[in-house]
Amino acid sequence: MARTTTIGVLALQGAFDLHRKALARLGVDYRLVKTAADFAVVDALIIPGGETTTMRWFLKNENLTDDLVRFVNEKPVMGTCAGMILLAKKVAGDIVDDGLGVIDIDVRRNAYGRQVHSHTGEGRIDLGEGPRSFPMVFIRAPRIERVGRDVQILGTCDDEPTMVAAGNVLVMSFHPELSGSDAVHEYFIQTFVKQFDSELPRTPAGGISQ
Amino acid sequence: MNIDDKRKVKIGLAEMLKGGVIMDVTNAEQAKIAEDAGAAAVMALERVPADIRKDGGVARMADPRKIEEIKQAVTIPVMAKCRIGHFAEAQILQAMEVDFIDESEVLTPADEANHVEKDQFTVPFVCGCRNLGEALRRIGEGAAMIRTKGEAGSGNIVEAVRHMRLVHGSIKRLTVLTPEELMAEAKELRAPFELVKWVAKNGKLPVPNFAAGGIATPADASLMMQLGAESVFVGSGIFKSEDPAPRARAIVQATTHYLDFGKLAEISKGLGEAMVGLEIRDIPENELLQVR
Repeated sequence: MARTTTIGVLALQGAFDLHRKALARLGVDYRLVKTAADFAVVDALIIPGGETTTMRWFLKNENLTDDLVRFVNEKPVMGTCAGMILLAKKVAGDIVDDGLGVIDIDVRRNAYGRQVHSHTGEGRIDLGEGPRSFPMVFIRAPRIERVGRDVQILGTCDDEPTMVAAGNVLVMSFHPELSGSDAVHEYFIQTFVKQFDSELPRTPAGGISQ
Repeated sequence: MNIDDKRKVKIGLAEMLKGGVIMDVTNAEQAKIAEDAGAAAVMALERVPADIRKDGGVARMADPRKIEEIKQAVTIPVMAKCRIGHFAEAQILQAMEVDFIDESEVLTPADEANHVEKDQFTVPFVCGCRNLGEALRRIGEGAAMIRTKGEAGSGNIVEAVRHMRLVHGSIKRLTVLTPEELMAEAKELRAPFELVKWVAKNGKLPVPNFAAGGIATPADASLMMQLGAESVFVGSGIFKSEDPAPRARAIVQATTHYLDFGKLAEISKGLGEAMVGLEIRDIPENELLQVR
């Protein structure tokens, strides 16, 4: 008998608790992921916002980078803010570095400046049912500066891409866990996790044309 | 942004700092050591609490040049302390674009009656508390994060434990009171009624709740996390210990893996001498920082 799908939330540091609560509200099984052993028992992963520097520190110091890379190359993964930075190809800004390169985008860390420049915005998303407005919260946020050819834009704010997807990876520069809506989490589960489970073609629904 | 969106953005950063350790630093070199040890943020101040306690005198906001150097040295958020009620220090810190202001009892209070009106600021504030009433008064003024006061610079965890248990005990009590009992309880707590009702309904504070004041070892961090803290501040505990870097790393790991006792044993090995602690009863009443 197939076991229940369990969604992991990377819980080394950051806003993992709010993602856990969103998953609980949606009635799916979840588990906080802190060690190599945890990766083995989850079917999908959410990498939360938090401090990129601290998360990278844990990945390096606790030898988790290889486990994470293996996982995100195979399984559905959603990254918000710092999570998106980890998964991106090139990272510019106060840290210039390569991300894990799991999705073909370049990002700029803290692109809007320090906390006093954190802001909210009325964004637009298309999760397959046509474009609609969505409140977006940006905290010391990164900006998506380049989107690869095979990457689909699913959300924008002020005419800039803020949510993109390719293959098994969904990333966003804003914080859906602070928006008061579970729509993005639900979309990740319905479109990425379930679709992946049934091995259907892995092209996400929806998209905003550039 | 309207007030709700402003609050969302301020509390948002507090949410991002959860599970991470915020370390007191007095210069760029210490800030770098903290960042390299996995700190999620640094707190810029002139002297760590243990030295403030030892040297006496008026403790103020740090020199803006020092804060600037610390900001240059690291990419993680930089916090800084202002004196209780000293809104001009807070205005200067906001103009310097620090990421968070700690309106802190560790510095010498500037106003014995009033705290800073924090909702007016764009930068988020964290404030200390000893009990639920104090926490809700600070949140009512606009604090985006609460921490226990503990007894800063003592290296003794007993006060932080007392404060965390008091806050959680009072929250639990609110959840079982009947609606008609809440007003009397609000009066007892000397807390805003709307916030008392919110806590009674939700069983938690409306902002993240961290621990501070006396954390000196990985075990101290684990203890506070198990008591319900969502993360920890370490003041004198790191740079007043024998070997700061390994101790800082160990406290970072302990805060994430606070329920993995085998790992805690491993990371607690051979860290050298912790800071010398103080017995709270030996501190004269008028030198206690938490009563400010």
